[in-house]
Amino acid sequence: MTDFTVKTPALKRRHAAEKRFQWYGLGSIIIALGFLLLMVGSITIKGIGAFTQTRVALEIELPSNEFNLNDLKATNYGAIVKKALRNAFPDVTKRRDKRKLYGLVSPYASFELQKMVIEDPALIGKTTKIWFVASDDVDMYIKGNVDTSIDEKSRKFSDKQIAWVEEIQKKGDLEKVFNSGFFTGGDSREPELAGILSAFMGSALSLSVCFLLSFPIGIFAAIYLEEFAKKNRWSALIEININNLAAVPSIVFGLLGLAVFLNVFGLPRSSPLVGGMVLSLMTLPTIIIASRASLRAVPPSIREAALGIGASQVQAAFHHVVPLALPGMLTGAIVGMARALGDTAPLLMIGMVAFIVDIPTGVLDKATALPVQIFLWADSPERGFMEKTSAAILVLLVFLVLMNLVAIILRRKFEQRF
Amino acid sequence: MQHINITNTRGPRPLEQALKITMVACSVIAIIITIGIVLSLAFEAYRFFQLVSLQDFLFGTKWSPQTAIRSDQVGAEGSFGAIPLITGTLLISAIAMATATPLGLASAIYLAEYASPTTRNVVKPLLEILAGIPTVVYGFFAALTVAPMIRWTGTEIGLEVASESALAAGLVMGIMIVPLISSLSDDVINAVPQSLRDASLGLGATKSETIRRVVLLSAFPGIAGSLLLATSRAIGETMIVVMAAGMAANLTANPLQAVTTITVQIVALLTGDQEFESAKTLSAFALGLLLFTITLVLNVVAQKIVNHFSEQYD
Repeated sequence: MTDFTVKTPALKRRHAAEKRFQWYGLGSIIIALGFLLLMVGSITIKGIGAFTQTRVALEIELPSNEFNLNDLKATNYGAIVKKALRNAFPDVTKRRDKRKLYGLVSPYASFELQKMVIEDPALIGKTTKIWFVASDDVDMYIKGNVDTSIDEKSRKFSDKQIAWVEEIQKKGDLEKVFNSGFFTGGDSREPELAGILSAFMGSALSLSVCFLLSFPIGIFAAIYLEEFAKKNRWSALIEININNLAAVPSIVFGLLGLAVFLNVFGLPRSSPLVGGMVLSLMTLPTIIIASRASLRAVPPSIREAALGIGASQVQAAFHHVVPLALPGMLTGAIVGMARALGDTAPLLMIGMVAFIVDIPTGVLDKATALPVQIFLWADSPERGFMEKTSAAILVLLVFLVLMNLVAIILRRKFEQRF
Repeated sequence: MQHINITNTRGPRPLEQALKITMVACSVIAIIITIGIVLSLAFEAYRFFQLVSLQDFLFGTKWSPQTAIRSDQVGAEGSFGAIPLITGTLLISAIAMATATPLGLASAIYLAEYASPTTRNVVKPLLEILAGIPTVVYGFFAALTVAPMIRWTGTEIGLEVASESALAAGLVMGIMIVPLISSLSDDVINAVPQSLRDASLGLGATKSETIRRVVLLSAFPGIAGSLLLATSRAIGETMIVVMAAGMAANLTANPLQAVTTITVQIVALLTGDQEFESAKTLSAFALGLLLFTITLVLNVVAQKIVNHFSEQYD
């Protein structure tokens, strides 16, 4: 009799192959998820520093003879800040050293001071301790991003500057605070001043245009195709068309936007209006496909009941079927918008890749978008911009997670099984 | 008995008519977009081909688009041979697919055949996150972390690695494509009827033997379709290559060297100021047309394959 409990070598080999095969699968998943963890983790570690900012306090003298009370803007605030720095370190005399000393605070310090004086002219004539944004170099040093072990000549931040910073720190005139400027400022050439608000507003305006265009058009198209269109060659053509559009590389939509919206229609370059139009071309197929699936999930009995009590076809669709399918349609739209929020390539084509300091307020203003800002900052050589890039990515990811969460909650809340 | 008139006494409903016309118009927009893409690309590409011949574009091996400062300077014409761009695109896509295919397929098989429902419900959405992360993030990571890592490893083992190697861009792009392959293949594998598995298991095959020789074989067309869709995605991908691959149009098959792609060149040609009459700007549209054609063909073939074979078991 054959004993089935004995494992022949062949059987052992096959069982080992079975184990290996399972491990391949598990290993692949671990590699893919490990990569995800590594990527998000390293970006978080790099970017988290950008949410804090180094500030230094200076004793600022505002002698009243330098101010014309009728024109507070006329004063040379830069000189006042420089003088305060010289007073803090009286033994610095050489020109080159002085320039290095001035480099401890951000070039924006004079504007900060000007704003303060205009808001509170009572400061004039007194000596006050005022906090200023430290320069990018100081900020990076305090955050431990300057490698002091390399030779002084080959690093930007010299030993003298380090000594000054340590001295300021000892006096307690240096602090790390929450970097609110990152969320309220526009782009800047100086990493310590660069903020994401202008890019964020650009994204928000573009996405609004995108939603206003693609959502109504998308659901109307879906309702027509699902509820009214006869199954013939035309509707088949439209269907194939939509499926193919969904797989067209996004940069091609950018080319269309450039050739048609900018060159034929003459719409303003770099504007959120054109950005939103281009993005809506991309989201439209997604919304149509999702909306059709959600209409298809509504059982025919609902339509038949409505038609049976005398509703017209349009009434049956719009009073009974569409309301039931609406949460599914919205979910599809949000997922489409999330993709549009992250898309960069088509926006590069239509010129939304500019240096934008001012916060755009309308759809015709020049603007850029959050992912494009990330792309621009990623190209900047300064160490400080790497931190800002990572932080901007974190903000973008938070918004993507939020949008997808809304989509999931909507689906859970309104999902109906028939 | 009273006669009830059930015919429509109010005549045609103008609002409903207007609504229907609106809906038809909205669905036609999808077709208009496609026509718009084809026309705008074809029109600008046509203007390009009046300056540069089609043969030179499709079969030329040198890509160096430049605008002449003086009309009589040497090389004022620029050369628009797309071959180095096509090979560069194919090289990076091939690396991406070589990374994504084993990872994606093995994940799909594990999730469909081995994983418990709980694991599946946790892992699947996690994998989909990979597809939801904007490509600009992948590009940043590829350029800043992966490329230096590969360069360092290469130098350690004595290889010359370019700082913007095709390998870095391809690997990262491969990871991005994993969820696309795994979720499409997962659907296909789940569609294979259980009776086929039961028959194979009943004959004494182990589970992995069943999967390899029965399930994958009958799911093959669908999997092939999903791989084609993924390839089309890799070819059209822009931001990863713009940030992590080079600008130099090298004609090489060495993944450690820098290559450029069709999408990188489109971006390079069209960002910044442009004069619309120059061959340099117009060449971007010719490249766009090429890209659109390649991806369209891949998509249509993929859909044909999937549709053709998915009816088999219905």
